[in-house]
Amino acid sequence: MSFPLLTATALTPAIGAVATAAVPAARRTVAKWLALLFSLATVGFAAAVLLRFDTGSGADRYQLTESRSWIEDFGVRYELGVDGIGVAMIALTAVLIPFLIGAGWHDADPPSLPASGQEGPREGEAPATRRWRPTQGFFALILMVEAMVILSFAATDIFLFYIFFEAMLIPMYFLIGGFGDRAGEQDTEEGQARQRSYAAVKFLLYNLVGGLVMLAAVIGVYVATADQLPEGTFSLQAILEARSAGELDFGTATERWLFLGFFVAFAIKAPLWPLHTWLPNAMGESTAPVAVLITAVVDKVGTFAMLRFCLGLFPEASDWATPVVIVLALVSIIYGALLALGQRDIKRLIAYASISHFGFIVLGIFAMTSQGQGGATLYMVNHGVATAALMLVAGFLIARRGSRLISDYGGVQKTAPVLAGTFLIGGLATLSLPGLGPFVSEFLVLVGTFSRYKAAGIVACAGIVLAALYVLILYQRTMTGPLKPGLEKLPDLRVRELTVVAPLIALLIFLGVYPQPLTDIVNPAVEHTLSDVDQSDPEPELPAVEAAP
Amino acid sequence: MNPENYLYLSALLFTLGACGVLLRRNAIVVFMCVELMLNAANLALVTFSRMHGNLDGQILAFFVMVVAAAEVVVGLAIIVTVYRSRHSASVDDASLMKL
Amino acid sequence: MIGLLVGAPLLGAAVLLVGGRLLERTGHWLATALAAVSLVLAVTLFLDMLGREGEERALHQHLFSWIPVADLQADVAFRLDQLSMTFVLLITSVGTLIHLYSIGYMAHDPRRRRFFAYLNLFLAAMLLLVLADNYLLLYVGWEGVGLASFLLIGFWQHKPSAATAAKKAFVVNRVGDVGLSIAILLMFTTFGTFAFEPVLANANETGEGTLTAIGLMLLLAACGKSAQVPLQSWLGDAMEGPTPVSALIHAATMVTAGVYLITRSGAIFNAAPDAQTVVIVVGAVTLLFGAIVGCAKDDIKKALAGSTMSQIGYMMLAAGLGPVGYVFAIMHLVTHGFFKAGLFLGAGSVMHGMNDEVDMRRYGGLRKYMPITFVTFGLAYLAIIGFPYLSGYFSKDEIIYAGFSQGGAEGWILGGVMLLGAALTAYYMTRIMLLTFFGEKRWQPDAQGHEPHPHESPLSMTIPMMVLAVGSVGAGFFFDSGERFVHWLEPVTGLGHGDSPVSHGTVALAATGVMLLGVVGAWWQYGRRPVPVVAPAGRWITRAARRDLLQDDFNHAVLVRPGNYLTRGLVYLDHKLVDGVVNGTAASVGGLSGRLRRVQNGFARSYAVSMFGGAAVLVAATLLMRAV
Repeated sequence: MSFPLLTATALTPAIGAVATAAVPAARRTVAKWLALLFSLATVGFAAAVLLRFDTGSGADRYQLTESRSWIEDFGVRYELGVDGIGVAMIALTAVLIPFLIGAGWHDADPPSLPASGQEGPREGEAPATRRWRPTQGFFALILMVEAMVILSFAATDIFLFYIFFEAMLIPMYFLIGGFGDRAGEQDTEEGQARQRSYAAVKFLLYNLVGGLVMLAAVIGVYVATADQLPEGTFSLQAILEARSAGELDFGTATERWLFLGFFVAFAIKAPLWPLHTWLPNAMGESTAPVAVLITAVVDKVGTFAMLRFCLGLFPEASDWATPVVIVLALVSIIYGALLALGQRDIKRLIAYASISHFGFIVLGIFAMTSQGQGGATLYMVNHGVATAALMLVAGFLIARRGSRLISDYGGVQKTAPVLAGTFLIGGLATLSLPGLGPFVSEFLVLVGTFSRYKAAGIVACAGIVLAALYVLILYQRTMTGPLKPGLEKLPDLRVRELTVVAPLIALLIFLGVYPQPLTDIVNPAVEHTLSDVDQSDPEPELPAVEAAP
Repeated sequence: MNPENYLYLSALLFTLGACGVLLRRNAIVVFMCVELMLNAANLALVTFSRMHGNLDGQILAFFVMVVAAAEVVVGLAIIVTVYRSRHSASVDDASLMKL
Repeated sequence: MIGLLVGAPLLGAAVLLVGGRLLERTGHWLATALAAVSLVLAVTLFLDMLGREGEERALHQHLFSWIPVADLQADVAFRLDQLSMTFVLLITSVGTLIHLYSIGYMAHDPRRRRFFAYLNLFLAAMLLLVLADNYLLLYVGWEGVGLASFLLIGFWQHKPSAATAAKKAFVVNRVGDVGLSIAILLMFTTFGTFAFEPVLANANETGEGTLTAIGLMLLLAACGKSAQVPLQSWLGDAMEGPTPVSALIHAATMVTAGVYLITRSGAIFNAAPDAQTVVIVVGAVTLLFGAIVGCAKDDIKKALAGSTMSQIGYMMLAAGLGPVGYVFAIMHLVTHGFFKAGLFLGAGSVMHGMNDEVDMRRYGGLRKYMPITFVTFGLAYLAIIGFPYLSGYFSKDEIIYAGFSQGGAEGWILGGVMLLGAALTAYYMTRIMLLTFFGEKRWQPDAQGHEPHPHESPLSMTIPMMVLAVGSVGAGFFFDSGERFVHWLEPVTGLGHGDSPVSHGTVALAATGVMLLGVVGAWWQYGRRPVPVVAPAGRWITRAARRDLLQDDFNHAVLVRPGNYLTRGLVYLDHKLVDGVVNGTAASVGGLSGRLRRVQNGFARSYAVSMFGGAAVLVAATLLMRAV
């Protein structure tokens, strides 16, 4: 058995979390650097995964597989393996976390120090801050989430996946409830804490409900396999093989119920309209890096799992549900965009924009074409990077002024041109400007949808206009015009902040101009998924036309 | 004598005990009514033992007596302690366990 | 080589934006030099192309595969044929001139470096647009110029009006872009590709319905970019940008991209007559719309913007005529690029000398103070009104002639509309001329008490104006002699001949006649007597035209206000209904448990009741089951 690369990738942040949490209270800076170091090590492992992954035509579907028995009585195994989609998602997660740690460098400092105060907290000055441990906790929790997310991207055992899918709620709950951005609408400390805990509880309850439904479906899958196969199993690969060999057939009604159980859980996580209302609360109340963590990393597990589990396990039910899902996705796109237009709060605006984008992702997945699903996978990556860029800059801005309300800003570009510029680029990525990553994926999703469902494609196009509206209105109100009082001395981006944002922007441009490395990885996986659901791309009307030389 | 009459008596005693438990407030009386119900059950057990001609019912009745004795010890101790601290043996006064 | 053409200004934009303060002093020269590099490259390629024969002139360059997913293969590939070459030459030459002009015009702006970065970005995107070998790459350039336009219109961001105008331009353009993306999607589902060659070569193979749909969607895109009715409303506001921007983007190059798109997609439109008819109607309506707006505006730039719309209406109309008109649409586009850029630069020069005053009623008699501006502006003016043997005369008359040659009633209507447009053009241009350069001086001190001191602009500004004036005078004659331009473009666009009920000579005569009519009309109104500084109320048509024929009021009433209500309503609903259901569930669970909690009242006897009751129910149920 070769070196367990996937386990190592997931274990690194987990060890990092323990190590960070164990740092003594007074040594906050050490904890921060330790967390950064471990997250960078994870990037190294993820890069190794990327390099080891074989994109050749004859390559296995799931690679870098590991398999150990775990709970033998119930056929639960510790099975890991990635296809191209999983590799892309692991890479996204690993790459984003160091930026989030960098962006959140001061987010969990003791309250006596200003949130974005001088570089490096002076240690042990005030006795009250000497025993301040949340800093360690903040970074440890982020690393913990990273470990669990990576494991759920890699797990090919349904039960194993379920465990991490649920377990990541716990650190997320503390991240949302424990670390606010000190800029809420409520003036008092107490009011903010109440808002935060409301958001955190809402997040937890929503996702727990989804998880519960899914658990029932997971058990259902096991029962069905135990009935029809020699022994029950949770292994995705084993089930896929049995299905294609004709040994396993859930039966139409059962399959539909099981599909719904999985889908509801993923649709809550994704989130899809009308199960979306936890996201604006959670993103609004948490600090910017945590908000990015929610929308760019954790939520992706939902859409990823739709691709891997819903389509793979229940192809016929997926086909059956497609019309409804497409309508829900379209509603999400338009509804999210319209609500983003109506927000007064910068972070909630970005949250609703994300809901709109998740609509695109789900639309691409259920269009059941290689462009649609490839586009959806690319969309997950690009949306992660674009939202990170936009949200982190917004977070820097909010930390400076101490307010999330759009109306408190205006003319920022005059005092902080670099901040305004990076904010604009993040916004342009969000509205899918060609040349930046999200355009490629949005176009692919549109093509994939349109070639099968013309009307849906056209409705989704309306999302393009609305995206331009909400991004540019946000930009216009916050960055242009005369300077609002209270912003005269707004400092521009600091070196640390620029170091966080600049690589993200570079990545966006790279993904927009030369996405081929990514598409090469994703394409074979998408073809496998399509063959799972027994679909092929619609032919053009004029098949005789040769592609351009 | 028809053994069924013992069963009627047992039912009567049990009902009396149940009514006492439900209606009386004094903990001691409630306690005695519980004993009454237990003994009604014992009577029924012994009667069934006689009717069916095996000893299972009588053995079970001995068990019940042992349990009842243990219960009396613990229960009386509790009641006495409650009376000492609250100067009342009413079961309704001791309703502190609710939320 | 072709890649370098795009790459040079792109490099400039990147270096200038990233370079920061280091380039504050030299950045504008770097940007201008890189624009000039593009121009030199373009000329080299042009000479190279002339060395080859007709059909072999087109060049292809495949850079790399951009988005390969299954059947969808999008490449970054360039195509340089005569049509692209024409645009490349126009863009790089006018672009370089305007870079040069901006050095003077923006000399005192603290954010000059960024201005030049955006200009370079625009050049790169515009070149990408015309050089792309497939519609998707064209779309990249298409949105890229939109971005550059957004950044440049809103360059003076501290002015809320500029920021709003920039946003409006981008959003309206986005509506058009949706058209282009749907067209691309349709192409993919129909042809399996969106590269020019396979799509255009096979356009005849597919049904007319699909082609009409594609054509209409392309037209929507063209309307957005070229400010044609109904997506015209952004162009007037776009004049908030610095004047060189108006000259380069909103007169000479970007706004004509719609005409390029339709000409490039000629094969599709040729096979979809219904779409062509719509193009013609849009062109004709915009032609009059722009002209009427141009007649009423007192803001010199907005009057010129109306004129731009109107002239692009001519081009659109010509492009809608099919092979009869493509060549002349492009020819008018090029000559218009010269004289309209000249006019805008002249207007910028006037504003430069007049403390950025834009109200023409506060100009007057400037010919004495700004002789060079007066002469160059005047030549461009003569060119646009179609003064015989200047540029506009040739290109516009050809379009009018092509309109007549549609034949029948349609031909007469089109010809008549275009002649009316020509008269209006002469009228509003003469009005601008008279108000600005003739009559008494009417300027007054501004609010701070600064009296404007009109003066001639520096050489870096006047040289580009002179060059453009030469182009305005000579381009038409150069293109027309020996039908040079027709032969040049014919291999790409094709050339058709209609039979016109009137001869070339008659059209020329009629056009000159209506032109004189317009000039005299304007002189009658503005030349004979002094012009009031405050505009008279005017009749309803004037008032409506001053408000851009109520386009904004319409958009506001039909789109903006209902949209606002919709979003506000949805926010309310999301909070109350969607979230309300969730919170309601939570509250009802909470309420239920609150009620259930009361059962646990702490009274031992009530517990006993439930115990006995439960036991009784169990016994009863058991007995009942046994009985059944």
